[in-house]
Amino acid sequence: MQLAKVIGDVVVTRKDENLTGVTLLVLQPIAADGSSVGRTLVAVDAMGAGVGETVFFVRGKEASFPFYPTEVPADAGIVGIVDHWDLG
Amino acid sequence: MILARIVGTVVATRKDPRLVSNKLLIARPMDPHGKAEGSYLVAVDTVDAGVGETVLIVSGSSARMASGLKDCPVDAAIVGIVDTVDVVAGD
Repeated sequence: MQLAKVIGDVVVTRKDENLTGVTLLVLQPIAADGSSVGRTLVAVDAMGAGVGETVFFVRGKEASFPFYPTEVPADAGIVGIVDHWDLG
Repeated sequence: MILARIVGTVVATRKDPRLVSNKLLIARPMDPHGKAEGSYLVAVDTVDAGVGETVLIVSGSSARMASGLKDCPVDAAIVGIVDTVDVVAGD
């Protein structure tokens, strides 16, 4: 999993039927110090996250698991909202 | 998933039998502000997208979960046509 900040949302009317009702958010992956790293991406949200929150997300087919048994065609999905994190 | 703009089409007569009757499009990935980034890719269209439209592309093995692509040899599928992208200012 990777840490990311939710920086936006995407509105998609015409889409795969299994994406119906699924929230799509724009994520900016971040480093442990909170700085941006890498490219932005769009992820499905199973957690009810919102813009401005820090989340962690999975990549790959596992992104659709929270929606089982619906086979949501997603390669990135938010699976947790971060309250805080500490570095040892 | 990534955002991309459709910039062209691909015609291929000789191809894997499981790709027959699938529409192939050339897409240019872009950031949420519309700026192109990264290299072009060929994606299977499942939502009837066209040149000039902004789309949502799912990559990797998840692409096979798109409608009608079960067991097809694909790693990029267009699964949505984007209406709007809202990004908070400053990002």
